[in-house]
Amino acid sequence: MKYTEEHEWLRIEDDLVVVGITEHAAEQLGDLVFVELPDEGRMVVKDEEVVVIESVKAASDIMAPVDGEIVEVNGALIDNPALVNEDPTGDGWFFKMKLEDVSVMDDMMDEEAYLKFIG
Amino acid sequence: MDDLHQTVLHDLHVDLGARMVPFAGYVMPVQYPLGVMKEHLHCRAAAGLFDVSHMGQVAIRPHSGDIADAARALETLVPVDLLGLGAGRQRYALFTSDAGGILDDLMVANRGDHLFVVVNAACKAGDLAHMRAHLSETCAVDELSDRALLALQGPQAEAALARLVPEVTTLRFMDVIGADTVFGPLILSRSGYTGEDGFEISVPNAAAVDLARALLDDDAVQPIGLGARDSLRLEAGLCLYGNDIDTTTTPIEAALAWAIQKARRPGGPRAGGYPGADVVGAQLTSGAARTRVGLLPEGRAPVRAGAGLFAGTEGGDVIGTVTSGAFGPSLGAPMSMGYVPTGLAGPGTKLFADLRGKRHPVTVAALPFRPATFKR
Repeated sequence: MKYTEEHEWLRIEDDLVVVGITEHAAEQLGDLVFVELPDEGRMVVKDEEVVVIESVKAASDIMAPVDGEIVEVNGALIDNPALVNEDPTGDGWFFKMKLEDVSVMDDMMDEEAYLKFIG
Repeated sequence: MDDLHQTVLHDLHVDLGARMVPFAGYVMPVQYPLGVMKEHLHCRAAAGLFDVSHMGQVAIRPHSGDIADAARALETLVPVDLLGLGAGRQRYALFTSDAGGILDDLMVANRGDHLFVVVNAACKAGDLAHMRAHLSETCAVDELSDRALLALQGPQAEAALARLVPEVTTLRFMDVIGADTVFGPLILSRSGYTGEDGFEISVPNAAAVDLARALLDDDAVQPIGLGARDSLRLEAGLCLYGNDIDTTTTPIEAALAWAIQKARRPGGPRAGGYPGADVVGAQLTSGAARTRVGLLPEGRAPVRAGAGLFAGTEGGDVIGTVTSGAFGPSLGAPMSMGYVPTGLAGPGTKLFADLRGKRHPVTVAALPFRPATFKR
């Protein structure tokens, strides 16, 4: 698993990259009440806002962690945003991307570096 | 958070695993490990304990010893019938400004020989100065800083509190009593800020932690933070001072005319006689141009405070503003309050709110969003 400074995790599954937010981020955000997901098939560039989430506290944007195509979104979150709090690195994933070049993930933080990053 | 005040329950909150945040000059629990959503639902299903010790507790004691003198004096600052407030009863009130705006909202109780007043934390210093400036000739205005304030709210609040203070079962909504207990002399009112049946309990600082722990010993009682307090009050259609009401909103615009009893309205025996009475009285007679309403956004996305309101999907001027907005856990839907032109204030009116740059449909709805369950 790789991590971004925006508290996203990325996991390679077959030829796709699954993206979600970390347990730390989910905890900080508090209970999620709303998730707006991008259209499948959308081409996105790194740092483009692709997901809107609303917690009991505030709205936040989830950015595309890398360039690529959104090929699948987790529709279960629409009716049950709490999945993100309950299982942020499992059932609470947001979307799957197809990357031109997965080597862009090489420079990202591994778990040890991320844990250090969040102190 | 060094320059912030702490309530006497601060260490208990930390022990209970609360996330502490700055609020109105205090460091307060925003949520406990249960989380905002579950805390909210627990309070509606069982009982929730809130630390509201940051709020100001004030005794107004008439020099003459006659409570009517204190009532008459405080009536010069609020558009509320306090002479008609019986001993052992409590009433919602508003400090108005000369322009008819709202300086603060407060609760006033008749304690027999004095008035007991609870004001908002953020307004506490200003309210005390305001009361002392205008009431000192006839009354002593004493801040009860030796007391903490707890709220116990929810359908099981009565049972949980009655184990410690049996006489609370005799109280109806907005009754107030004193009780001598092992926690010292308590002041208990059957009221709150959640739309639930429940109590507010003024307790000497020295016994506040013991009382809180004794209440939390009951499995039905969970501690509730400011996060759930906000969604609970919003579902109940209650105003948050600083958001939904402030010096720029009049009681009539704020849909709080119900707090102004007949005796203080134009034509009443003690009409006017409070700051801004000309403005408020005229609006009581002729109505206000804008009104606070409930708004139900389409879908699940909350429309939060500050969002502009529009009559149509495109163009047009802003017609109003959202002043509170959140997801209502018991409602299972987002909810907002805001100000709209009175002509567009009818329930069912379709409006649009700016949500991340898009016009998002919202429908004007009657308040409260969720009916109150008071023991009247």
